[in-house]
Amino acid sequence: MISPAVVLDHVQKTYGQGAQAHTALQSVSLEVPAGEFLCLLGASGCGKSTLLHLIAGLEPPTSGSVSVPAGGAAMMFQDPALFPWLSVADNIGFPLARKGLGATAQKARVQELLAMVNLDGWGHRQPHELSGGMRQRVALARALAQDARVLLMDEPFAALDAMMRDRLHDEIERVWRETGLTIVFVTHNVREAARLADRVIVLASHPGRIAGEFSVKLPRPRRIDAPEVAQLSRTITDSLRSVLRGNDDAS
Amino acid sequence: MQASSSTPSPWLARLAALATAILLWQVVVWSGWKPVWLLPSPLTVFLRLATLATEPAFYWAIFYTLVRAVSGYAMAVGIGVASALLMLRFRLLRTTVAGLLTGLQSMPSVIWFPLAILLFQLGEGAILFVVVLGAFPSIANGLLHSIDHIPPLWIRAGKMLGARGWSLVAHVYLPAAMPGFVGGLKQGWAFAWRSLMAGELLVIISDRPSIGTRLSFARELSDAPDLLAWMIVVLGIGMLVDGLLFSTIERRIRIKRGLFET
Ligand SMILES: Nc1ncnc2c1ncn2[C@@H]1O[C@H](COP(=O)(O)OP(=O)(O)OP(=O)(O)O)[C@@H](O)[C@H]1O
Ligand SMILES: [Mg+2]
Repeated sequence: MISPAVVLDHVQKTYGQGAQAHTALQSVSLEVPAGEFLCLLGASGCGKSTLLHLIAGLEPPTSGSVSVPAGGAAMMFQDPALFPWLSVADNIGFPLARKGLGATAQKARVQELLAMVNLDGWGHRQPHELSGGMRQRVALARALAQDARVLLMDEPFAALDAMMRDRLHDEIERVWRETGLTIVFVTHNVREAARLADRVIVLASHPGRIAGEFSVKLPRPRRIDAPEVAQLSRTITDSLRSVLRGNDDAS
Repeated sequence: MQASSSTPSPWLARLAALATAILLWQVVVWSGWKPVWLLPSPLTVFLRLATLATEPAFYWAIFYTLVRAVSGYAMAVGIGVASALLMLRFRLLRTTVAGLLTGLQSMPSVIWFPLAILLFQLGEGAILFVVVLGAFPSIANGLLHSIDHIPPLWIRAGKMLGARGWSLVAHVYLPAAMPGFVGGLKQGWAFAWRSLMAGELLVIISDRPSIGTRLSFARELSDAPDLLAWMIVVLGIGMLVDGLLFSTIERRIRIKRGLFET
């Protein structure tokens, strides 16, 4: 197997102190091989966003270690979080400018990225002039502009309609194939995980921990409504149910 | 486009308000409440204003006043922004000084004149001192409050995208705070302009006859038309700066960020 891009070793994250302490993640160990498309699946509040924030370096773990490749990870938030004071092109160029890339080189790279997410000619618009799906694509282009080897995505398509989501699934899969990125993709949606992932990791709640793992060997590109995808979704859903039942027994 | 038919254009509304005010003035004059040499009619005053506007001294007075306004205001913006940034950087400073700042903001600027005159004598320094003290607290407070209300997501995104330290301030904090900050700048201008007018009435510098000087002279000579004409100039400058400068900037920002209801 290829060397791992992201390694989490017995990671624990506790918020608050004393009686207020709340363990969001407990003893999470995880290796993500370079180039893998990994989906994290779990109930609301089980610690998926926390896990991504730890990998992104936005928060430190309470104990354990997190390692990512040099240059860190890029992150796409659930909300596109575009800057309304910048044009679409300047939003995408933001990480390039922070790296000190010259204006011409930046412009050229932004054009490339706009083309990659099918938004040629939209660079001079302001974010509020775009539809929700277009904004998500700008956020994707901006995350790609960071040129990190790892891309973290926190339920990026949760707020979109099914049709737009299908299109963006195709797009993210194509980008992943073209760039050889390692992607950690968080979702509530079992079908979405089965559609996209090389591997699905199921998280249990209270405290957040790894409860199960599915390797997905189905050929790509997959259709979200293909029978194999549906069947895999059923298997994963059953496992999620038993994880949830386990939680109920524990509490 | 359709909305404009139901709500009158802002300029039309302003014109109507102005006409009403002038009419009220005329009515008071007609009522004979005061003799006309104390309270002249709008027409007399506007004719006087027209005469004044033919003299170079009229423009010099406006020029002297505007130079003071602009330099005092520029200093207030510099000090206001710097003090707000310092307070953001050093939390302790903020917990101790923020209350004081609001206190300063609520203080009538005339209160500073005795001290200013002690410190700077009857000169430009005294006026500048009061203008800066009058304006900078609103500017600092405006910036502080608008930074407090930035959605944390933008800060996180900015950090994630490689902005750290000063670059985070320059490329995320400041632009994100801009709409609220313009409000603070606008309020700061209003305070600066008021302080300046108070200053020019108290501190007369005779080799630079500014608007305030002309107002004082008019009062001493009991020249009511002159006095009212200069008051209209003060009102006009205030409205122009607000209407042309700040409101335009605010509008631009709101349109650019899609903050207008359509
Ligand atoms: N900053 C914080 N302070 C205290 N508790 C927190 C904080 N962030 C998260 N938590 C807690 O950690 C747990 C996991 O939160 P997290 O946001 O990671 O969940 P999630 O799996 O992403 O949920 P969702 O699917 O609803 O987004 C929750 O119980 C939450 O209350
Ligand atoms: Mg979450």
